[in-house]
Amino acid sequence: MLDVVNLTHTYGSGPDAHRALGGIDLKVSEGELVCVVGPSGCGKSTLLRSIAGLVRPTGGEVRVKGRPVSGTPDDLAVVFQDYSRSLFPWLSVRDNVALPLRRRGLDRAARRAAAAEALAAVSLESAAAKYPWQLSGGMQQRVAIARALAYRPSLLLMDEPFGSVDAQTREDLEDLVLAVRGHHRMTIVLITHDIDESVYVGDRVVVLTRAPAVVAADLRVDLPGPRDQIATRELPAFVHLRAEVSRLVRGRPEFGPEEFNTVPPHTTTSPLVKTPSHLTKE
Amino acid sequence: MIVSKVVRGAVGVAVLLVVAEIAGRTGLMDTQIMPLASTVLAGAAGLAVDSEFLHDASATVEVWAEGLLVATLLAVPAGVLLGSLPKVEIGLRPLIEFLRPIPSIALIPLVTLIAAGDGAMKVTIVVYAACWPVLVNTMYGLHDVDPVARDTMRAFGFGRLAVLLRVALPSAAPFVLTGVRLAASVALVVAISAELLSGGAGGIGVYIIKAGSGYRIDLMLAATVWAGLIGLVVNALLVRAERGLFRWHAARAGVAQ
Amino acid sequence: MTNTAVRGVRWAGRARGLAVRLWTVPVVVAVWEVAARAVESVYFPPPSAILARLRELWFSGPPARLFLSDAAIADFVPSLGHLFGGWALACLGGIALGVAIGRSRTLAGYVDPLIEFGRAIPPPTLIPLFIVLFKADTRMQLATIVYGVIWPVLVNSVDGARYVDRLHIETARVFGLSRAERLVMVILPAAAPKIFAGLRLSLSLALILMVVAELVGSATSGIGYELIYTQQNFDLPGMWGTIAVLGVLGFLLNSSFLVVERRTLSWHRRAGRKG
Repeated sequence: MLDVVNLTHTYGSGPDAHRALGGIDLKVSEGELVCVVGPSGCGKSTLLRSIAGLVRPTGGEVRVKGRPVSGTPDDLAVVFQDYSRSLFPWLSVRDNVALPLRRRGLDRAARRAAAAEALAAVSLESAAAKYPWQLSGGMQQRVAIARALAYRPSLLLMDEPFGSVDAQTREDLEDLVLAVRGHHRMTIVLITHDIDESVYVGDRVVVLTRAPAVVAADLRVDLPGPRDQIATRELPAFVHLRAEVSRLVRGRPEFGPEEFNTVPPHTTTSPLVKTPSHLTKE
Repeated sequence: MIVSKVVRGAVGVAVLLVVAEIAGRTGLMDTQIMPLASTVLAGAAGLAVDSEFLHDASATVEVWAEGLLVATLLAVPAGVLLGSLPKVEIGLRPLIEFLRPIPSIALIPLVTLIAAGDGAMKVTIVVYAACWPVLVNTMYGLHDVDPVARDTMRAFGFGRLAVLLRVALPSAAPFVLTGVRLAASVALVVAISAELLSGGAGGIGVYIIKAGSGYRIDLMLAATVWAGLIGLVVNALLVRAERGLFRWHAARAGVAQ
Repeated sequence: MTNTAVRGVRWAGRARGLAVRLWTVPVVVAVWEVAARAVESVYFPPPSAILARLRELWFSGPPARLFLSDAAIADFVPSLGHLFGGWALACLGGIALGVAIGRSRTLAGYVDPLIEFGRAIPPPTLIPLFIVLFKADTRMQLATIVYGVIWPVLVNSVDGARYVDRLHIETARVFGLSRAERLVMVILPAAAPKIFAGLRLSLSLALILMVVAELVGSATSGIGYELIYTQQNFDLPGMWGTIAVLGVLGFLLNSSFLVVERRTLSWHRRAGRKG
C-alpha cells in the first residue's frame, strides 16, 4: 500500500539548513494501522507531509499503491492535529464534510448523503447544520475524521490527531478510530508523540530517532482485540511494550542515526515483540 | 530575500516605464494625449529645480502641515476626553457618526464664503478632514487600555488622573500616532483638492491646473509624480516613527513587520 | 407577565437606550436654532430654514416617488450612478488583482513599489488629467472614483489572500480541490473579512471622490453641482442643506454596507468571539 524508500528532507540550505529526515524506510501493507512515534521535533510531521504530497522531499521516494507520489495522491486523506484550522469556519459541518467529495464526481444530493453517513459514523448527525466553531474541540476533531471517512480514502494519515483535546475525549477518539477502521478497512498511518496511544491503537509502532530522523525500531503490537481502554492498558504485554517504546523514544541521548543501521537486539529478544523480518536490515 | 525583493521591485518599475515608453514611441499610445515616460520623468526632474514649482510645492506642504498640526492639537485632547468619559462619548457619538462621513471637500464652497482669506479656508478644510482619524484612533486607544494595568495602578492607590497619565495615555499613544499617519495622507489629498477647486496664490494643485490650461500634460504628470513622492515620504517617515517609538506596542500586539 | 407586556417592556428598554444615545441630537439642533435666530447671521441659517430650503429643492415631489422632486432625481441619479458604478468597477478590479498578487510572492515583489506609489498619489491630483483625457463627462467621473477607491480594496485583498492559513490550503490540496475550487471555496472566504474592510473604506471614499470630481470637473448636474450652484447664488440654506444630505448619504451607505457585511461574515464574527 505505502512504500517509503530512503526518504530524506532538508529545510533551507547552507549553514542554516535543517536535516529533518535522514533516510526513512517504511512499508505499510493494506489494512494496517501503523503508529509513528518519536521525540518532538524529530520530523514526524515532515514524514507525513511528504507522504501526503504537501512537501516535496529532497531525496528518496514515496509510493502509494506502487505509484510514486507527486502532488497529493487521489486516494488519501489527512486528519490534522489543529482541527480549528483545518476545518473551514465559513462552512457548516455538513458542508465541511461534503466539500472534498467534489473530487469524487458526486452530485449535490449524493454528497449530502455521503456526508450524513460519515457524520453518523462519528455520532454527529445532529450537528450537521452547525458551524465547526460552535462545537467542542473533540467534536470538531470528529468532524475532521468524518470528513476523511466520507472521502473513502484507501490511505488515511493522521497527524497528532488527538494532541489538542482533553484526556477523556482522547480515549473516545482513539476508540472511534479503531471502530471506523474495522468498519471501513482503511490503511492508517497515525503520527503521535504519545507512547501509550501508539501502543494502544497500533498494529505496529514505528519509532523514529531525533532529527535527522531514521527508523529506530519497528515493533509489532500483539495485543488481543477488541481493545479496551482499561483492560488492554492493564495487560502486562501492554505495559511491557509501552516501556520498550518509551526507552527507544527517549532512551539514550547518544542514539544517533548511525547506530540504527540495525534494529537494536533487545527488540528481537523480547517475546512480546516480533520485528517483521522484511524490516530488519542485516 | 531582501535583496531579491528590491531587485524585483526595481524590475517591476523599470518594466512599466519601458512598456509605456515603447507604447508611446511606436505610436500605440498617442503622445499628444499621453506623453512618453521619459518626457514625464525628465519633466519631474526639471520641476525639482523649477523655482515656480518649488514655491507651489512648499505652499501645499505649508497648508498640509499647518492643518495637520491644528487637527492633532484639537483632536487628541478631545479624543482623550471622550475616551475617558464614556457617558459624554455616548452622547456625542451620533453627532460624530453624522459629521464624519461629510466629505470635507463639500465644505469648500461654504467655507470659501465664510472664512477670511484663501489660506484660512484651506487650513480649515484640512483641519476638518484630518481631525476624524486622529479623534477616532485616540478614542479607540483609550478603550484598548489593558484593564490589568489599569487595575494594578488603582490597587496601588493611584487616582483617576494618575491612571490616565501613567497608563492610559502611554498605551494609547501608538494609536494616536497611527491616527496622525492616516490623517496625514487624508490632509494631503484635501489640501491639493482645495487648491484644484479654489486656486489661490500657489500650490501643487494650482500648478497642475495651470499646466492643464496650457495643455502641458507632461508637466501635469510630473507634478503628480511629486505629489505621490511627497505622500510616500510622509507616510514612510510616520511609519518609521511608529516603529521606532513604539516597538513594545508591535511586540505586544504581535504585529508582523 | 403576558406576551404583550414583555414586548412592551422590551420596547420601553429599547426606546430608553435610543434616548440615551440620541438625546444630544435634538439638543444640538435646538441650540443651533435658537442661536442662529438670535445672531441672524447670513452664513449660519437656523436648521428650520435649511430644512425648508431642502424640502423646496429636492423633497417637494409626489409621495409615490418618496417625495423626491424632479430636481432631486436629476441630481441624485447621476451622482449615485457614478458612485456605485465606480465603486463596483474598483471592487472587481481590486479584488481580482489583489488576490492574484496576494497568492504570488513573485508577482507581489514586482508590483509592490508600484502599488505603494500609486496609492500615495492624491487621487484629485489626477482629475485635471482625466478632464483632458476624457473631457468632463461620465468617464472622467468614473476614472476619478475608480482610481481613488481601488487602493483600499487592492491592499486589503492582497493582505487577506496572502495570510490564508496554511492548513486551510493544505487541507484543500489533500482533499483534491482544483485550483479554481481552492480559490472560490477557500481563499476568497478566508480573505473575505479583510476584503470587506477594504470595500467599506472604499465606499466612503467613493462618496468623497464623487463630490470632488463633480466640483473640480464643473459638472452640470449632481449633488456637487448643486453645491456650486447654491454657492454662486449665495443660497446658504441650500448649501448647508446639500452638505447635510451628503452627511446623511455617507451615514446610510456605511450603515447599509455594515448590515450586508454582518450577514455575509456572520461566521467570522461569531467564530472570532468564541476563541
